[in-house]
Amino acid sequence: MKRAFPIFAVLTAALLAYGLYQALWVAPTDRLQGDVYRIIYYHVPSAWTMFSFFALNFVSSIVYLIRRNPRADAVAVASAEVGVVFNTVVLVTGPLWARPVWGIWWTWDIRLTSTLVLWLIYVSYLLLRRFSSGGQMPVLAAALAVFGALDMPLVYFSIWFFRTQHPQPVIGGGGSIDPRMLQVWLLNWIAFQCFGLLVFAARYRLEVLSQEVEEMQALESLLEVRGSR
Amino acid sequence: MSYLYAAYIITWAIHIAYLSSLARRYARLRREIQELKRH
Amino acid sequence: MTGSAGLTRATLLKDLRLEWRSKDATNAMLFFALLVVVIFSFSFDPTAEESRRIAGGLIWVAFLFASVVALNQTWARELRNQVLDAYRVSPAPPNSLFLAKVFGNFLFVTVLEALMTPLFAVFYNLRAIGPAYQLLVVAGLGTWALVVNGTFFAAISLRTRSREIMLPLLLFPISIPALLAMVEATSAILTGEFSAKFWVVLLVTYDLVFTMASLFLFERVLHAE
Repeated sequence: MKRAFPIFAVLTAALLAYGLYQALWVAPTDRLQGDVYRIIYYHVPSAWTMFSFFALNFVSSIVYLIRRNPRADAVAVASAEVGVVFNTVVLVTGPLWARPVWGIWWTWDIRLTSTLVLWLIYVSYLLLRRFSSGGQMPVLAAALAVFGALDMPLVYFSIWFFRTQHPQPVIGGGGSIDPRMLQVWLLNWIAFQCFGLLVFAARYRLEVLSQEVEEMQALESLLEVRGSR
Repeated sequence: MSYLYAAYIITWAIHIAYLSSLARRYARLRREIQELKRH
Repeated sequence: MTGSAGLTRATLLKDLRLEWRSKDATNAMLFFALLVVVIFSFSFDPTAEESRRIAGGLIWVAFLFASVVALNQTWARELRNQVLDAYRVSPAPPNSLFLAKVFGNFLFVTVLEALMTPLFAVFYNLRAIGPAYQLLVVAGLGTWALVVNGTFFAAISLRTRSREIMLPLLLFPISIPALLAMVEATSAILTGEFSAKFWVVLLVTYDLVFTMASLFLFERVLHAE
């Protein structure tokens, strides 16, 4: 397992580099938007990766609530953090694309808004974990994660209906996709997904290690008390 | 277009920032393990 | 199940009686709600027609802030007197306690809203163009949405540093679809320009989903504190 990590890391770096090359030079220039549209080769794959990690957080939170397995909690916190990182990337690259193409930094359309709400929910999750004291914090965090996941379909629905009632120009709207563009999209998504998994693995290991250290520290203070008697 | 480069650069800046925070936390953990070993 | 319903009622009545006797938190919160209305009215001074369109948003943001103040003290009395430990040990169903707290908060926030609404109507010269009785339905559903999650998150926040700020931090993001629904439904009724039906259905769905989720998970949260 330890040897696999560097090999996988090198492969991922290669994929990312290749994806970048494809995004900048091989993918055809968009007729309407020019070269700026290439931002979506980072923006969209990051969004897909983000969703995958938030889904992982949801599943591991449920597992933790049922089984109280500390490994599940480690998966939960690691996936939440990595998800938030990718979420931040999506929220930053989105306006950077919208501004030159549509002239506005932000609009309350379905995708941008739901991405922002997702970010808010998971940042509040991470804040709860940080500010919570006591050994039962993972339970509380898992409960919050379940609430957040239940909320998301409602968020999506409400914004969708709001937009149909108060329509505004859609950013990144439809239109047929050049198959060459789709290829570069998929390639970059696989690259970022692998990168995300690597970072996740590192964060997971950090969490498992610190769980063990905490246990040992607790044990030590117990022994000290016993010893001093 | 400068927006394009800004987007790519900021993306990696965000990832690098997170990775360095991970590295810092690993360093702190290693220090704590050293402390435990000393006892 | 009569036992747990009776327990809920008993806890609720006890809370109401204690609150009525002490009136400490109540008076402060009433005054706070009033202040919120006045400040908002100062800051946004639109024409009569504009005000009908934005009043929905203003009113619900004001209600949201007032209800946070009420929600923050939900468990304060229990904490002060170590009542929660007694609850954990007793065989009483935890959901009775939770529901009693939610009902108590609901009543209290409703009182706040009943106080603030006429003031808003006066300051903004509001008159509903659509069917006004629907506003009561929206108010009820919306208040329940805020209060059920708020009570749950208040319990989660008990063991956190900065407990008072953690509650709104957790509550606001999750409440966004409900807030949108409340605001849109209220605007729909006030302006009469579109139908509030979808938003009411969304609120009902939201209330059902999160009431069930809270009831399902409250016991774990109670024992986790």
